[in-house]
Amino acid sequence: MAASPEAPELSRKDFVTNQDVRWCPGCGDYSVLANVQRVMPELGVPRENFVFVSGIGCSSRFPYYMNTYGFHTIHGRAPAFATGIKITRPELSVWIVTGDGDGLSIGGNHLMHAIRRNLDVQILLFNNRVYGLTKGQYSPTSALGMRTKTSPTGSIDHPIDPITFALGSGATFVARTIDVDASHMQEMLKRAHQHKGTAFIEILQNCPVFNDGTWEELQDRKSRTETALVLEHGKPLVFGAPGARKGICVDHGVPKVIDVSDDQAPEAQGVVVHDENAPPSYSFALASLARPEFPLPVGVLRETEKPCYEAMVEDEVQHAIESRGPGDLRDLLNSGDTWEVEG
Amino acid sequence: MGAVNDGPADDSHPRKSVTEVDHVAIRFAGDSGDGMQITGSKFTDTTALFGNDVATFPDFPAEIRAPAGTLAGVSGYQVHFAAEDIFTPADEVDLLIAFNPAALRANVEDVRGHGMVIINSDAFNKKSLQRAGYTDDPLPGLRERFNVVEVPVTTLNREALQGLALSSREVDRCKNFFALGLLLWLYHRDLEPTARWLASKFKADVLEANIRTLKAGHAFGETTELLPTSFLVPAAKIEPGPYRNITGNAALAWGIVASAVQLDKPVFLGAYPITPASDVLHEVARHRNFNVKTFQAEDEMAAASSAIGAAFAGHLGVTVSSGPGFILKQEAIGLAVMVELPLVIVDVQRAGPATGSPTKTEQGDLLAALYGRHSQAHLPVLAPATPGDCFHVMLEAFRIAVKYMTPVIVLSDSYLANSAEPWRIPDVESLPRATVSHPSSDAAESFRPYERDAELLARPWAIPGTAGLEHRIGGLTKAPVSGNVVYDPDNHEQMVALRYQKIEGIVRDIPPIEVNGPDRGELLVLGWGSTHGAITAAVKGARERGLDVSHAHLRHLNPLPADLGDLLSRFRRVLLPELNLGQLSMILRARYLIDIESFTKVAGQPFKVVEIQTKIEQMLEESS
Repeated sequence: MAASPEAPELSRKDFVTNQDVRWCPGCGDYSVLANVQRVMPELGVPRENFVFVSGIGCSSRFPYYMNTYGFHTIHGRAPAFATGIKITRPELSVWIVTGDGDGLSIGGNHLMHAIRRNLDVQILLFNNRVYGLTKGQYSPTSALGMRTKTSPTGSIDHPIDPITFALGSGATFVARTIDVDASHMQEMLKRAHQHKGTAFIEILQNCPVFNDGTWEELQDRKSRTETALVLEHGKPLVFGAPGARKGICVDHGVPKVIDVSDDQAPEAQGVVVHDENAPPSYSFALASLARPEFPLPVGVLRETEKPCYEAMVEDEVQHAIESRGPGDLRDLLNSGDTWEVEG
Repeated sequence: MGAVNDGPADDSHPRKSVTEVDHVAIRFAGDSGDGMQITGSKFTDTTALFGNDVATFPDFPAEIRAPAGTLAGVSGYQVHFAAEDIFTPADEVDLLIAFNPAALRANVEDVRGHGMVIINSDAFNKKSLQRAGYTDDPLPGLRERFNVVEVPVTTLNREALQGLALSSREVDRCKNFFALGLLLWLYHRDLEPTARWLASKFKADVLEANIRTLKAGHAFGETTELLPTSFLVPAAKIEPGPYRNITGNAALAWGIVASAVQLDKPVFLGAYPITPASDVLHEVARHRNFNVKTFQAEDEMAAASSAIGAAFAGHLGVTVSSGPGFILKQEAIGLAVMVELPLVIVDVQRAGPATGSPTKTEQGDLLAALYGRHSQAHLPVLAPATPGDCFHVMLEAFRIAVKYMTPVIVLSDSYLANSAEPWRIPDVESLPRATVSHPSSDAAESFRPYERDAELLARPWAIPGTAGLEHRIGGLTKAPVSGNVVYDPDNHEQMVALRYQKIEGIVRDIPPIEVNGPDRGELLVLGWGSTHGAITAAVKGARERGLDVSHAHLRHLNPLPADLGDLLSRFRRVLLPELNLGQLSMILRARYLIDIESFTKVAGQPFKVVEIQTKIEQMLEESS
């Protein structure tokens, strides 16, 4: 959607509210907020057409700090509120902000159904692998064995991977980014907005109070070279510093890390070339790359096209009006068998 | 049965006598796959078209197809039609048509003494009697008490359909229309409306088969010696005007559609399938050309949440459910109270708790509607009294929701949902209209999301897409005008009080209570919701016998009408029948310190007229 020509140029400041931001010092959420506020003016959407919808949790305070329309709803159900908003007002740019607990535990069902319907919305899932607002219990993405107040001897829950969850729900756009990587996150936010359909972004986010350093090896610029596999469409899956580069190849259907020589193009050495539009089996294989055996993929894992739900709902209404004419209440009340009682 | 006269000679059936009667109640009973609901509703439509007053009571099992021939699988449809005003489907029936022994066993005790029992004799054999739990043949005993008429329906239907290219299973499935044809003959009803309906539903051989057997049933009535007399119930003298049949669920659905028209706002219905409320979603989904969007959500919480999202976006949000689903919505309803957005929540109550008896009726959710959310979450609650009233209550609910910026709960129930009554079609011009306004960008400078209307205390409904009015709402406690999040204790108390006062203020919109009978005296029967019919009939009967009793019925359960306390104090005694363990009685006792006498029933069935009438008589005997 293009801004009307006379609309004033917006800047980051236009998206900042007068409310004090109340996240803990050092929280990864600050960085996400700043990047979202920075990207908003560049999307060509009038400010009044943005709606931020959240559930409950630290990340779900997000709408209070965005000078747009915003709705802080109930735990886990932001996708359902957003569905009502998007179906009734398809012209709005609707952004769902959720966390690993909100989105994958109490709200897993709503998240799945919003994604499978392919509403044209953006979903930002802040994954810090812990419950923050309830003060430090393990979450559905916490590592097995994580010690918390509710798992004093270590968590016995097998974690769920948000990316695999989104792919399994039929997501048409799936990406991963890191809270401290501002330029990458901004690129992902723009791509998500450009995508027609549900755009799902997992944001690896640090909780300095209850799970400090959970993504340290990916946040640290130096180690990131080895631990992150930065995805670019049409480019080979390579990582590591020049001179010690490695790549991902597929051996008998199983992904494998190989050393890559700088003398020859990686694809010539058997390295897989990233294709965002490849069939889902490829996206799932990519999503299965996990630390510490593999570098963690960041970037757009998958983008594909499907009809959007809100457009199909609108079509149903338009079709009904075209085929039957606009509803007439008198005709409805008098439809079928009626009779007249004489006075 | 009413006064029996020798009727006038009837030209169409010269060979048989016609008996004129004031009112008749009949019940169709068979396996849940026998088509009893369709047969009953087609009989109802025809008899309503003829001009009788009609009340129906469909009663079916929760299982879609319980094992054939068992008591668990019996489905029944009762229709009461009369030449005068009637209010209930009748306590007992004049005629039962039973398609098998199980249907006979489950229903025969509801037939009045010497009433008629038509059985499909083809379905009676040793095995089927056993399956129904009969150890001996019940017919000899029943013949002493009833006029038992044995008709080989299955055989006659097969004979009528010979030569059609249908499987024997398809042929047998038509037999309910043979029975319908027979009953249409017995009560002098036209075949035309049913034939027209069949033509709209079926094609080719199936259509031909159903029409043929319908006519065969009718012809059988005319010629058989088993039925020497037919009966005529003359048209009722009811208020002149255009009429149609309507069930409570259809009326709710049309009320939702009509709200879009009358408030000039698009509607969004978010719902999750649940018995007995699903029909509302089905019906609304058929009328999308009214600018209505329907959404089958993934669960009940999503249904309510999506409707609140739609309300935030500026549509009329509504969600429809029954008890178990209604309870799942409570958290979302609490949020709607907190953010003060308009929303209508319909609970078509059913017998519970838990899955309970999902197809049976109850008024057990009143306290849950009033108090089922955590903390102080005051909101308006309305209850329709009759199937047709569901339409008007929906309009009223939306009107209150948008005027006061609040969620509103509508309490229907399974009995209203499925029962049909002739409904005087309202003149569209006479229906209430309301205009909804949203603040515009012009108000950007002065706009505050929680600044209230001085009189109504409603906050403005500013919607996304309006430049300059960007604001945030949410579940956290707000400051009174700015809507900013505040944790100050006094502020919290002030906001709770403001929301409470806003809802209490709705009392200004509630008309004075109408009293049927004197407005003071010995006994007032007070009711709410679907007990209206049984109470009306019972009080009418009692007054005709000279008893000093009046009836008032509450549509607004929160806030209560301003004149209720005064009305209650003008009667020496107050009887409150309700289909729960005394929920409204408890509230009224606490509120008005009056010793309401609670009369309760939680059997999954509506009150019988005689139950309330007997109670009235007992109370007045004690008093005298």
